[in-house]
Amino acid sequence: MSQEYRYIGKPTERKDARDIVTGRSAYLGDLAVPNMLHARALRSPHPHALITAVDTTRAAALPGVKAVMTHADVPDWRAGNPRYLRVLDPTVRYVGDAVALVAAMSEAVAAEALDLIDVTYELLPAVFGIDEALAPGAAQLYADSPGNILRPGTRWFGPDCLTGLAMGDVEAGFAEADVVVEGEVSYEGLPNPLPPESPGVIAHWQEPSSVTLWLSTQGAAQEKMILHHAFGRTVEVRTIGGACGGSYGSKFMSVQLILQATALSRATGRPVRLRLTKEEHLAAFALRIGSRVRAKVGMCRDGRLTAVSGEWLVDTGHYSLTTQAQVAVGCGEAQLALRCSNWDLRTTVVCTNRAASGIVRGFGGQELKACLLPLLSRAMERLDIDPLDFLMRNYVKPGDGYFWRDGHRYVYRGSDYTPAMEAGAQAFGWSEKWKGWLKPTSTTGSLRTGVGVGVHGNVDIGESNSEAWVRLDGEGRATIYSPASEHGTGQPSNLCKMVAEVLQLPLDRVSMTPADTAVTPFDMGPVGSRGTWAMGSASILAAEDARRQLLDLASASLGVPADELDTRDGRVFLKRDPDVAISWVAAMGLERTIMGTGRFEPDFTLANCMMTFVEVRVDTETGRVELLKVVNATDAGQIIDPPGLENQLNGCLGSAGIDTALFEETVLDRSTGQVLNANMVDYKWRTFAELPDMRNVVLETPVRSHRFQAIGVGEVATAPGPAAVFMAVSNAIGVHLSEYPVTPARILAAVAMSPRSASADSAPSAPAPTEDPA
Amino acid sequence: MRLFVNGQAHVLTVGGPRAEVDVTDTLAHTLRETLGLTGTKVSCDHGACGCCTVLVDGEAMLSCMMLTVECDGRSIVTVEGLADPETGALDPLQQSFVDHTAFQCGYCTPGILMSAKALLISNPQPSLDEVCEALSGNFCRCITHYHVLEAVNAVIEDAAGGGDAGATQPTAGAPTQPVPDGATRSAAAQESRPSS
Repeated sequence: MSQEYRYIGKPTERKDARDIVTGRSAYLGDLAVPNMLHARALRSPHPHALITAVDTTRAAALPGVKAVMTHADVPDWRAGNPRYLRVLDPTVRYVGDAVALVAAMSEAVAAEALDLIDVTYELLPAVFGIDEALAPGAAQLYADSPGNILRPGTRWFGPDCLTGLAMGDVEAGFAEADVVVEGEVSYEGLPNPLPPESPGVIAHWQEPSSVTLWLSTQGAAQEKMILHHAFGRTVEVRTIGGACGGSYGSKFMSVQLILQATALSRATGRPVRLRLTKEEHLAAFALRIGSRVRAKVGMCRDGRLTAVSGEWLVDTGHYSLTTQAQVAVGCGEAQLALRCSNWDLRTTVVCTNRAASGIVRGFGGQELKACLLPLLSRAMERLDIDPLDFLMRNYVKPGDGYFWRDGHRYVYRGSDYTPAMEAGAQAFGWSEKWKGWLKPTSTTGSLRTGVGVGVHGNVDIGESNSEAWVRLDGEGRATIYSPASEHGTGQPSNLCKMVAEVLQLPLDRVSMTPADTAVTPFDMGPVGSRGTWAMGSASILAAEDARRQLLDLASASLGVPADELDTRDGRVFLKRDPDVAISWVAAMGLERTIMGTGRFEPDFTLANCMMTFVEVRVDTETGRVELLKVVNATDAGQIIDPPGLENQLNGCLGSAGIDTALFEETVLDRSTGQVLNANMVDYKWRTFAELPDMRNVVLETPVRSHRFQAIGVGEVATAPGPAAVFMAVSNAIGVHLSEYPVTPARILAAVAMSPRSASADSAPSAPAPTEDPA
Repeated sequence: MRLFVNGQAHVLTVGGPRAEVDVTDTLAHTLRETLGLTGTKVSCDHGACGCCTVLVDGEAMLSCMMLTVECDGRSIVTVEGLADPETGALDPLQQSFVDHTAFQCGYCTPGILMSAKALLISNPQPSLDEVCEALSGNFCRCITHYHVLEAVNAVIEDAAGGGDAGATQPTAGAPTQPVPDGATRSAAAQESRPSS
C-alpha cells in the first residue's frame, strides 16, 4: 500500500522543521507590527459584582499610556451562545473577568497603569458548581437565562441540533435487561488544555470599518467567520494565522481578547497587541467543560446495552461559545461507542461564576464518556462481562445508524474497528492482565496494579467545509492556498505531501500560502481530526483540477489527447513514450499561472476510532497512582506521515487528556471563586521523568474517503484515556470510583471505606448501584 | 555592560531613561526585545516550564529568571547560536530533531534543545534516565517527549562511534520507572499492519 506512493505513508521532513529547530518559526509574540502598542486587562477580584464606578484618571495620566477603556467606552460587539460575551461588561461574573483595558507603549507600563484604576463594586452572590447554580433561589448570572440554564442547541448545527438522545423505549429496554444499574459520576476537575504559548492577538483597526488581526490559531478563516458575527456583521475582517504554539482547540476561545484588542486599536489608531500572562491563561481562559452524569443503564448478559436513561449536566462557567455544540457532538459520539436502541439522555448546560469552559480536544465526547463508562462498568461487573468484549461488540459497525450533531440520522459506511481493537489488546497483553472486575492484575505489599480500557470515535472527521486552491507556476512549483496554519499536527505539511503526490512533484517544490484570509479561500481548519479527509480532499481536488488544466494545455502543445499525458517532476510526458516530454513552462507558456480549485462538503458517514488500554499502579498506603503503560489502537485507513501520527497519538497524555483522570485539575475555591493553582508549579503536568511505556498500534485498512483512503485520528487521542484510567484504578483498589481525578485523598478514602471484600455498593460519594430484579 | 551572545559581543548601556538594559530586565527580555533574538521563547515567565532555557557559560539557565545585569561578561548561547555560523550546518541535535520530527507545535523546542545541549556538554554519554532528568524541567504539552528522547539518543549513539548500540544503549529505568520504548513501539505498529 504505502510503498506504492512517493510520499504518502513515508516519513518526510516537516516543512517547518528547520525553522522550528533554529528558532526562526515566528509565533505571535515574535511579531512586531510597526507602531504597535501593548495592552493589559484589569481583572476582577470578585466572582460576581456590578461595577458601580471606575476612575481611570490616574491610569490615563501615566506617561506612556495611550488609552484606558471601561465598559462605558467599548463598542457593543458580542459573542457566544447566547451572545452574552461583551468586550467589557458592567457586570463581572468570575474572578479574573475583565474590568478595564489599557494600551500603552510597553507591557510594563500597561501593567503599571492597571494599579492606578480605581473600581467600585457592588458585590453579588455567586454560584460555583452545578448544584448551587440549579438550586432554587440561586444567584442568577443572566436575566435572560433563568435558573442559570442556557438555551440548548446551536444555530451552527441547524434547527434540529442534538440536545440529548431520545429514541426507542427505555422502559422496555430496562425490562429486557439482565441487570439495571444507577449512579452518578463527576468529571469536574476543570483541567486546562494549557498550550505553552499563551493566547494573544495583534489587532490593527483601519477606518472606517476594517480590522487586520494576527492570531495564534489553527483556523484563520473560521475565526474570521466567528468574528464577522461578533462584530455585528459591520466590520471587514482579515485574519492572519502563523505558527501556533499549541491550541488543542482552545485558542478558538480567544474571541473576547480579539474584540478587546480591536476596541483598543480603534480607540488609539495604532496596532495593539494583547497577550495573556500564564496566570491569566490558567485562571481566566478556556477550561474543559465540567461534566456530570446521573443515569440508569440496562445491560444483558451477552453484552447488549438495552437502555440508557438519565441526565448529563454540563458546567460551562460564565458563558458558552460552543458548549451546546459539544453537547451535540458528545451525544452523537455516545452512539458510535455504545450501540443501544433505547436512549433517554437529557442534557442541561449550566452557567457558573468561574472562567469559561469551551473548546478542547475531545469536544464533549471525552467528557460524556468519562462519566458514562464508569456507570456501564458497574453493570458489566454484575454480569462479569469483560469490558474489551463489551466495547468491541458495541462500537459502530458498517450499516449501523446514528443521529449526528445536526439531529439527522446517518448510516456508517467506514471500517469495522474490531481488528484494530484486537491488535491493540494483543500489544497490551489484555488477556493476561485482565483478572476480572475490581480485581488487581498484581499485588505486591501495598502496591496494586490494575488495567482499564476506553474507546472513542468521532464523525466530525468529515465536518464543515474545506476549500483549497492549488496554483501551478511554469517553473514547476505548486502553491496551496489554505487558511490553515501549523499548530502541531503537521497538517500543512501533510497537505503538501498529498499535493506533491497528485502532481508527482518533489516535495520541496510544493508550499502553502501564509494563512491570510485576504488571500485564501474558506476552510474551517484542522480541528476534530478533519484535516486528513476534509482538508485533504479539498487540496487533492484542487491539485487534480490544476493537473487537468496543465495536461489540457500540454495536449495543445504536443498535439496528443490529454488522457495520453502524465506529469512528473515539473515535466509533462507521453505515457507510452516518456522520452517525449516538455517542461511545465513549455506547456503553460511563460506568462500564465494555473489555479485549480477544490471543495469538500460535510459528510457524516465515516467515523474514526481510538481504543486506549492503560495499566496503573496504585500505592494503597499513600494513594499515589502511577501510569505504567498505555497502548492506543486505531485504524487510519492509510498513514500519511508516520512520525506525525505517532506524535499525535502520544499526545493522549497531554492537553487535558489522560492525565485529567490522574492529577490534572484547576483547583477552584468554591467559596470565593479563586483559582488556587494558577501557575505552572501548582498546576500539575507530566514531565520527562514520568513517562509511561507508550505504544501505538495503527492498522491501515483502506477507507472510502479520498484517493489516499485515509482518515484523521489526531484529535481523538486524548478522549478514551480518562475513563480507561478510572477503570484501571477501580480494578486495582477493588472499588468503583465516582469522581475525577483520582487524587491520593480520593484513593485513600475509597480504600478506607471499602475493604477488599466489599461490593461496589460501598463506593464512596456515589449513590449505591441498584439491581433491578427484572 | 558586555554580553557575549552566540559568539558576538554586545555592549549595552544599563540604567537611566535611554538605556538599552533596565536593571529589572530579564535575560529573556533582553534577548528577545532588545537584541531581537526571538528564538528563545517565553511561556510561564516564572521559571516553571523551561521554555526560555539558554546556555550561560555552558550551563542550562532559565533566562526568564535571570536578570540581564547578572550576565555582565558572561557567554550566552541561544537556539540561534546552535548551528555553525560559517556553514549554516545544523548542530547534530538540531538535525536529529528534524530527522525524528521531535516537535509538534514547536514552541517548547528551543528550550528542550538547549537543555539537551547543556546535558551533552557536561555529560556526552548520559543514560536514558539522565536525559529524562535533564529534560524534566521542560514542559511539552503536545507530548513529543518520546520523539525527543529518540532524537537525543541518536545523537548520543552517533557520538559514541557509529551506532554501536550495545555499548551505548540507554540504561533501563528502575522497576518503578517504566521507560519509553521507541524501537518496540514502532515495531508494534509495523507488525500490526495488514501485509496486503
